Amino acid sequence: MGWIEILDRAEVVTDKHHIRGSTGGGEIRRAPNLVPLRITCLPNDQDKMFKLSDKILLLCVGEAGDTVQFAEYIQKNIQLYKMRNGYELSPKAAANFTRKNLADYLRSRTPYHVNLLLAGFDETDGPGLYYMDHLSALAKAPFAAHGYGAYLTLSILDRYYRPDLTRDEAVDLLKKCIEELNKRFILNLPSFSVRLIDKEGIHDLEKLMPVGAK
Amino acid sequence: MAMSYDRAITVFSPDGHLFQVDYAQEAVKKGSTAVGVRGKNVVVLGVEKKIVAKLQEDRTVRKICSLDDNVFMAFAGLTADARIIVNRARVECQSHRLTVEDPATVEYITRYISSIKQRYTQSNGRRPFGISSLIVGFDFDGTPHLYQTDPSGTYHAWKANAIGRSAKTVREFLEKNYKEDMESDTDTIKLAIRALLEVVQSGGKNIELAIMKRDESMKMLAQEEIEEYVTAIETEKQKKT
Repeated sequence: MGWIEILDRAEVVTDKHHIRGSTGGGEIRRAPNLVPLRITCLPNDQDKMFKLSDKILLLCVGEAGDTVQFAEYIQKNIQLYKMRNGYELSPKAAANFTRKNLADYLRSRTPYHVNLLLAGFDETDGPGLYYMDHLSALAKAPFAAHGYGAYLTLSILDRYYRPDLTRDEAVDLLKKCIEELNKRFILNLPSFSVRLIDKEGIHDLEKLMPVGAK
Repeated sequence: MAMSYDRAITVFSPDGHLFQVDYAQEAVKKGSTAVGVRGKNVVVLGVEKKIVAKLQEDRTVRKICSLDDNVFMAFAGLTADARIIVNRARVECQSHRLTVEDPATVEYITRYISSIKQRYTQSNGRRPFGISSLIVGFDFDGTPHLYQTDPSGTYHAWKANAIGRSAKTVREFLEKNYKEDMESDTDTIKLAIRALLEVVQSGGKNIELAIMKRDESMKMLAQEEIEEYVTAIETEKQKKT
């Protein structure tokens, strides 16, 4: 009850947030579908994840419009590389390419205000997660989060993450994070879409709907 | 006095020829043969593999290039010119996907390549591209297409065609043997191979073949697969005679 009252009176500008987990065998990421603001609800069918290639996903959030524009531009350029060279860019190369583009645009009159998470599976290096913010800082990380939700979830991830998590343990860790958000985050986030990347490619896992969320 | 009219591309001759374009077409006729066949559910491109020097590495894919997941092409003529055209076409395919959120149709990309070629027949200081290309693929509604472009910048749709050295012989063979609506993929592939065998020396070893079935990406046939088809074709020929 108390949560709903605060919701009604809150002047909240919210960042969509998303988090990922990294395991020995693959990567998991999720993005919330719906953010209720006062009595209105923001769209709940926006997929913020962009498929860059068979084994690379880009999660792009931030300024409306900038996100899709930048992510689709990167997506098509990654595909062009595949056509020209006969093989796909590795996740590390894709991340660095994205960073370079973001950095160049940052130093122009038309910067993109986007925060990114890039996840991919490399044949030789295994799974990799790359955190990138709107200032074009790039870091390879075992787990990451953007937005207000990061304040709550990073500590959960820090406490329970192990480098040798199995796939199920990683999904459980993700569920723990969502539970924490459900408990402590001011906004009501009823559903999260989850994707997993392993050596077979990208898989859609079932949507996570935290209990008690409206 | 043909001499004075063929130096500049932008000058017509008195009898209405652009000599540079004609000479570019001669360059095409010197290139190794390429053949394309459009079946009902599969499109096939075959090229004559050039004989490489002993110490040279035999790179498998050179003359057949994929432009996008649904389109690929082969060319005859100046390889270096083709590289430029292929690169521009690849960029345009992705650019089309970016702006329109749909893959480009085969006709769109053919028109794009042809307009590049035409531009080079009307600019000062530049020579035309010395290549003809065969562009094949499936549109997103599933229809197969085969188009041919030439240095002048014109393009036409074909059911089956050949370009390069001995193109005329191969085309005549195709005219005699092409059947409408070939349902069987094997028949379409065999027709392309038979057509190439007419002009290629020493059989299957010198043939490179790529096929694309509806909703699948381009597949280069391995040497063994080509040999299988060739053996099957020889057996059929024996039976006839």
